[in-house]
Amino acid sequence: MQQTQTAQISAVTTDVNVVVQAVLAMALGLFIVGMVGFSHISAVHNAAHDTRHANAFPCH
Amino acid sequence: MSVFRSIVFSAALAGVISGAAITGAQMVGTIPLIQKSEVYERKAEAPAAVAPTAAAQPAHTHDHGAAAHSHEAEWEPAEGLQRNAFTTGANILTAIGFALLLAGIFALRGRAVSWREGLFWGLGGFVVFTAAPGLGLPPELPGMPVADLTLRQTWWIGTACATAAGLGLLVFRKASWAAILGLGLIVLPHLIGAPLAPAGHTDVPEALSHSFVVAAVLTSLLFWALLGVLTSIAFQRISRT
Repeated sequence: MQQTQTAQISAVTTDVNVVVQAVLAMALGLFIVGMVGFSHISAVHNAAHDTRHANAFPCH
Repeated sequence: MSVFRSIVFSAALAGVISGAAITGAQMVGTIPLIQKSEVYERKAEAPAAVAPTAAAQPAHTHDHGAAAHSHEAEWEPAEGLQRNAFTTGANILTAIGFALLLAGIFALRGRAVSWREGLFWGLGGFVVFTAAPGLGLPPELPGMPVADLTLRQTWWIGTACATAAGLGLLVFRKASWAAILGLGLIVLPHLIGAPLAPAGHTDVPEALSHSFVVAAVLTSLLFWALLGVLTSIAFQRISRT
C-alpha cells in the first residue's frame, strides 16, 4: 500500500517535471521568435528584415 | 538526459538545418522579389528630383518626402553578403524558436512521435503561423501601404493563438461542442478582421506582390514540413540516449 502510493507520487512528480521542462522550452522558443520577428528595435528589424517579410510577420 | 536538454538539442539541430535550407529556397523565391520591390520603395521615399539616382544609391539620401518609414541614422546590414548573412541567422533563429515549440509538444506527448506525425505537426504550424494570419494579413513586400504595426502584430498573434486552440480542440477532443468551439475559434479573428491598410498609392506592381504571396506561402510550407519532420526525428533520437 505504502509502496504503491510512493510509486504513484513519483510518477506524478516525474510527469509534472516533464511538463515544466517542456513548457519552459516552449516559452524560450516563443521568446526567440518574438525577438526575431516582432521586436520594435530598428536594428533588430533591419537585420531580420528579409526573414520577417518572407515569414509574413507584420513589418514596417 | 533531462527533457529540457533533449528538447533544446533537437530543436537546435533541426533549426540549423531547416533555417539554412529555407534560406536557400528564399534566395531563389522571396529575396529577389523583395529586392525588386525595394527599388520602388526607394523611389517613393526619395524626393522626385533625386528619384533616378535613389534607386542606384543604397545609402539613403532622402530626408523628407512621403516616407512610409525612414532609415536615417538607423543601422542596417550592408547589401550583399552581410545582409544575406543576417537573413540566414534570422532564419535559423526563427527555425530554432519554432522547433522548440514542436519538440516541447513532442515531449508532452509522452511517447515516440514518428517522422510522419512530425510532418503533420509541422503542417499544423503552417496553418497556425502562416495560413491563418496570412488570410487577413497576406505576405507583404516593402513599400506597400500598411496599417499601424502594433495593431497588426496584436491581430497576428491573436489569430495564431485562436487558430492553435481551435485546431487543438478539433483534433484532440471528440465531443461535438469541441468541434463547434474549435471552428468558431478559427473563424473568430477573421470576423473581427485584420487592421486595414489606409487607402494609399503604391508603385509596387500588382504582379510583383502576387508573385511574392505565392513565393512566401510556398517557402513557408516547405519550411514547416521540413521543420516538423527534422524536429521529430532529432527529438526521437536524442531523447532516447
